[in-house]
Amino acid sequence: MNAWPFIAAAYAVTIGAAAVLTLVSYVAMKRIEK
Amino acid sequence: MADAAVSTLHALANPARFLKLARPLTPALLVGGWLLLAIGCWAGLTQTPPDYLQGESVRILYIHVPAAWLGMGGWSGLAISSIAFLVWRHPLSHLAARAIALPGATFAAVCLVTGSIWGRPTWGTWWQWDGRLTSMLLLFFVYCGYMALARADADRGGDGRIPALYGIAGTVLLPIIRYSVIWWNTLHQGPSIGLTRSSIAGSILWPLGFTMAGFTLLFAAIVLMRMRTALARVKAEARLRRMARA
Repeated sequence: MNAWPFIAAAYAVTIGAAAVLTLVSYVAMKRIEK
Repeated sequence: MADAAVSTLHALANPARFLKLARPLTPALLVGGWLLLAIGCWAGLTQTPPDYLQGESVRILYIHVPAAWLGMGGWSGLAISSIAFLVWRHPLSHLAARAIALPGATFAAVCLVTGSIWGRPTWGTWWQWDGRLTSMLLLFFVYCGYMALARADADRGGDGRIPALYGIAGTVLLPIIRYSVIWWNTLHQGPSIGLTRSSIAGSILWPLGFTMAGFTLLFAAIVLMRMRTALARVKAEARLRRMARA
């Protein structure tokens, strides 16, 4: 079984979740601290 | 050591002092976290050999292990903040516990999803109701329960004691998750990475240090940003109340 599609999916989920969390927290902080 | 930790906690309980430290620390943690993460992911995907048994799928290790560490470490932080709130009544510790809940739940979910993706090529199944997987799923639900409880408590003007007690009670799950692979005969492998030794070859293991450090800094940055948001909201609400009274 080719493992690379599974590796790509796992990295996409993790980096995506971390990026969304960072962005949402940053925007919320900047908006209210303005 | 313990005295120093307690005095640091007391010093940081002052919102002005906390903000003075958090403002320069947030961008430093963010940049450092993403940089270490980028190095760790690049190294994990391109610079390490495949495992003799698992092949290429072992590369999921570099993101799955930090997600598990932050899912469990996040709850430890939440519980310590809850204890600080109950013992010393520090309002910032209540904010910290609430700020940790969402990133902690997210990383617990990421751990479950990446574990499931890793399980398909390695075990031949997406999911198994074994001790480690089930106890981690329970931790995710406990995080969701905490968030719902904290929101309900805030909405009805509660003093935060009930979510704090729930936060402390939830720590029961942490040793269950940690020792589930020893207590029960699980599909999940036994403990292979410890603080002092590892059964994984160094040539495969080294990028994990970068991703662990990167995700940890990022988690800290997210918690700081969420605490700053909550503090600014409290300040804005107090200002509105003063204006309404005037």
